[in-house]
Amino acid sequence: MSATRKSSAASSPKAASTSDLRRIVDTVLRLANSIGVAETEVHVDETISALTRFANNAIHQNVAEHTVNVSVRTQVDQRTARATTNRTDEDSLRAAIEASLSLAHSQPKNSNLLPMPGKQRYRGVNRFIKQTAALTPEDRALAVRRVCDLAVKKGQTAAGIFSSAQSQSAMGNSRSLFTAYRDTHAVFSITMHEGSAASWAKENSANVAEIDPQRLAQRASDKAHRAADARELAPGRYTVILEPAAVLDLVGFLFYDFAATALRDKRSSFNERMGKQVLGKNIRIEDDVYHPLQLGAPFDGEGIPRQRVLLVDQGVPKNLVYSRASAKIAKKKPTGHGFVLPNEYGEAPMNLVFSGGQASLEEMIASTERGLLVTRLWYIREVDPYEKIMTGMTRDGLFLVDKGRVTSAVRNFRFNQSILEMLRNVEIMGPAVRATGEEAFEMVVPAMKIRDFNFSEVTKF
Amino acid sequence: MYDLATAALDTAKIRGASYADVRVMHLRQRDLTTKNGEVGTLAQSESIGLGIRVLANGAWGFASTDRLTRDGVAACAAQAVSIAKASALAKREDVVMAPEDAYVDSWQSPFRKDPFEIPLETQLALLLAADAEMRRVKGVTLTETDMQFRKIDSWFASSIGSRIHQRKVITGCGIVATSFQGDEIQKRSYPNSFGGQHALQGYELVESLDLLKHAPMIADEAVALHSAAQCPQKTGTLILGGSQLGLQIHESVGHPIELDRVLGQEANFAGTSFLTLDQLNKLRYASDIVNVVADARLEHGQGLGTFAYDDEGVPAQCTDIIKAGQFRGYLSNRETAHLVGLKRSSGTMRTESWNRLPIIRMTNVSLLPGTWTFDDLLGDTDDGILMETNRSWSIDDRRYQFQFSTEIGWEIKGGKRGRMLKNPSYSGITTEFWNSCDAICKREHWTLWGTPNCGKGQPMQTMGTGHGASPSRFKNVRIGAAFSKL
Repeated sequence: MSATRKSSAASSPKAASTSDLRRIVDTVLRLANSIGVAETEVHVDETISALTRFANNAIHQNVAEHTVNVSVRTQVDQRTARATTNRTDEDSLRAAIEASLSLAHSQPKNSNLLPMPGKQRYRGVNRFIKQTAALTPEDRALAVRRVCDLAVKKGQTAAGIFSSAQSQSAMGNSRSLFTAYRDTHAVFSITMHEGSAASWAKENSANVAEIDPQRLAQRASDKAHRAADARELAPGRYTVILEPAAVLDLVGFLFYDFAATALRDKRSSFNERMGKQVLGKNIRIEDDVYHPLQLGAPFDGEGIPRQRVLLVDQGVPKNLVYSRASAKIAKKKPTGHGFVLPNEYGEAPMNLVFSGGQASLEEMIASTERGLLVTRLWYIREVDPYEKIMTGMTRDGLFLVDKGRVTSAVRNFRFNQSILEMLRNVEIMGPAVRATGEEAFEMVVPAMKIRDFNFSEVTKF
Repeated sequence: MYDLATAALDTAKIRGASYADVRVMHLRQRDLTTKNGEVGTLAQSESIGLGIRVLANGAWGFASTDRLTRDGVAACAAQAVSIAKASALAKREDVVMAPEDAYVDSWQSPFRKDPFEIPLETQLALLLAADAEMRRVKGVTLTETDMQFRKIDSWFASSIGSRIHQRKVITGCGIVATSFQGDEIQKRSYPNSFGGQHALQGYELVESLDLLKHAPMIADEAVALHSAAQCPQKTGTLILGGSQLGLQIHESVGHPIELDRVLGQEANFAGTSFLTLDQLNKLRYASDIVNVVADARLEHGQGLGTFAYDDEGVPAQCTDIIKAGQFRGYLSNRETAHLVGLKRSSGTMRTESWNRLPIIRMTNVSLLPGTWTFDDLLGDTDDGILMETNRSWSIDDRRYQFQFSTEIGWEIKGGKRGRMLKNPSYSGITTEFWNSCDAICKREHWTLWGTPNCGKGQPMQTMGTGHGASPSRFKNVRIGAAFSKL
C-alpha cells in the first residue's frame, strides 16, 4: 500500500491519548479510594477499527467501530471480582466500582488470592504505525476495486477483507503500577474462485505498507486456476507440505498446553511428559512477545512484564508459563503470561515463535517423491485432548506433488492427526514467518514438510 | 433512545442516504464459574452504544459509536454515509431491498425469575454445591461449573418509520467433570457441552436442571469411560441424543441454508454452501419423515433464536426448510429475498451487539418431532450405537462432509442398552446422512437446545441459535473414523 488518501467526507473518530487513558485510570483509583476499597485495578482499552468486505467482485459490507471499555477489579478481604462498562463519566465509573465490590462481597474468601503487584519495569516495543491508523475507507475501497478488476479480467470471483485498526490500552492499580501500550493492525485476505475451484492468500502486519493486496490477489488467482479439475485420491497417510497458514492453524491449538494451570488441572497434553522427547529433535518453540514479527502488549493481565520463555528445545518440553498465582503454587517466578483476574484458566503463551529452517517451498516440493501441498486448513477441532488429535479439512487449494513437481489439484480431505505425532514427523522446514489463518491467533511459524499425515476421508470437491 | 436514533437517521438522510436503520443497544451480562471447588470467574459487564447502517449511492456503509450524544450519533451517521460512498467505488450493481412494512412495537421475552435479581450468593452456592458433588467421585481430576445471564435491550429505528423496542433475557448453565488417567482425558458435561443449556429464559432454567442430582452421575461416567471399550470402527446404525442432533442440524442444515453463504458473500471466511439456488424445491435433502423449520416465533419455544422482530425490522416467521424430506427454503434478508423468488425477507438478520452489522443468522432451526417413544426406538434397534453430548465438531466449507465425536456412547444390542463405549465418533456426507434417518422420537423427548457460540462474519460475531431435536436413528453411518489408524 502507498500513502493514504484523505477521506472525502466525515472523518474517523479521533483516538484518545495515553494521558486521556491515564486520567480514566486515575479517576477510578481516586473514586475507589474515596469509598475505602482496599485494592483496585483498572484496565482501559480503546479500539478504532474498520473493515471493508468484498464478495462477487464488489464491496458488500463496509463497517467501522469505536469502542472504549473500562474494566475495574476490586479486592477486599481475600475476595475479588470484575465489572466492565463502556461509559467513562464519573457516575458510570463509580457504578462499575460498586458492581465489582458487590460481586466480590458475594463469594467465600479465597486464601490463595495475592495482593496486587506494585510498580514494574517494562521493555518498550514500537508497534504503532501512523500510516495504518490513517487508512481511509477510500484507500481500502480502491485497493479492493483493483483486486476485483483483476478477478474480472481473469474470469474469476474474488471475496475477502481489507481491515485496519488501532488499539491502545492502559492499566494501573492502587499499588502504583501503571503501564500502557498501543499498536496498529492491518489485514488483507482474499479467496479467488474459478468455477468451483478456489484458492486463498492472507497477510497481516502492524504496517499496512508491508501488505500488497495486488500481489496476494495474483497469488490466489494463479493458485485458483491451478486448482481446477481436482481429482479424487484415496484417504491414507501422505507426506504433506503445509504452507505456514496450515501449520499455524494446527499448532495454534497447542498454546494452552504450556500453561502451568493446565498441567495442574491435568488437561494439558504435556502432563507427565515434561522433560521427555515428545516432539522431534528439530522442534524449538519459544514464547517471545519482543520478536520483531510479533505483536501484542509487553505485559500481562496483572501488569507483569512478559518474559521470553523457551518452551520446547530439541523436541523436549522444557518450561511452562506462569501467572503470579500459578508461580506461587509451583514455587517459580511469574513469566508475565497471566490472564486478567479473576479467571479459572490462569495463563497462556500468546506469542509463540517456532524456529524454522532454510528450505524454500520449491525445495520442499522438489524433494518430495509423492505428497500433497496444503494451502490452508479449516474447521479444526480437538478430538483427543491428551494425544492432541485434531480433525479438520483442507481448503482452498490442495495439490498433488509427484516426483518433485506439483502435477494436479486434489479433492479436499478430512484429517484426524495428532499434533504431537506430526511434530515428530517434520522432515524439512522453511524460514519462520508471521503467519495468519482463521483458526488460531497469529504466530511465527515455518512451512513444514511432514511424513505420514493422516487423511481419513474425502469430500465431494 | 429513539431521540438519538432519530437524530442519526436525520443526519444520514441529509448526507445522502436513501435508506438507514439504527440499533441502540444496552447489553448487560453476568458470568460466574467455579473450578475445583473455588470461584473462577466472577464478572459483570455492560455496554451501550449505537450502530447505523445506511444505503448511499446504492452501496452499504455501517458505523458505530458509544458517544450517545446528539453530536456523537450525528458524527457516526455521517461516517456511515461516507463509508457507503466509498463502498460505491467498488460496486457491481445497486442494492435492492424487498419491501417491508413499518412497525411500532415493544416486546419482552417471557421469564419468571429475573436472573439479575437472584442473589449472587444463591447462584454461587448452587454452583459450588454441584462442584462438590462431582469432586466426591474418586478419579475426577477437574470439576467446572458455570452460569451466564444476559439482558439485552434494543431500540430499532429505520427510515421507513419502524420504532421497535425488544428486551431479551437469556440464561445459560452447565457443569463438567473431567478425569485424567493413564494416557486419557475423559469428560462428561451436563446438560450439554458448550457451557450447558442456554435459552431465552430467566433463572427458572437453572432451577429446572437439577444440577445436584446430575453432578455425581456425570462424574461417575467420566471416570468409568477410562475402562469402557473403545467405540468400534464400522458402518452401522446410529442413534443420536437430542443435544448432539441439535448440533448436527446446526452444522449440516442451518449453515448451508444461509442465503449469504449460498450467494458467495461468506466465501472468504465461513465458506459457501452446496445448496446452490437450482436445488430449491428439487433436492431430496432427507428421508420422508424429516421436517425442519426455521422458526423465530415464541410459539416454537424460548430458544436463542426466538424474537419478535429481527435486527432489520422484519417480524419473526416460521419458514419450512425441509418438508417431508424435500428442500424447501433458505434463510434470507431484505437484500437477498428476491433472489430466491420471495416477496419478503424471512426475517433472519441478527447482530451480536450495537457495534456489529446485522447479518443472516439461524433463528431456531429445528427438526420437528416424530412418532417414536425412546424406549420403542431402542427396542426396535437390534445392533446400533447411541451417542450423546458433543465433544468435537467439524464440517467442510461447503457443508458436505462432517465428523462429530461425542463424550459417551452406548452399545445397543437386541433392543437393549448395553456396555458403555468411549471415544465415539461418526462421519458422513450431509444429504446421505439425512436420507438415512428412519426414526425420530416424539414431542415428549423434544428439547429446544441452545447453541451459544456460533461464529460468523468479519469482524467475527458470536450468536446464539436454537435447535429443537429429539433422539433419532440413522442407518448405514460411518462410525469411529476419528480414531482410525490407517
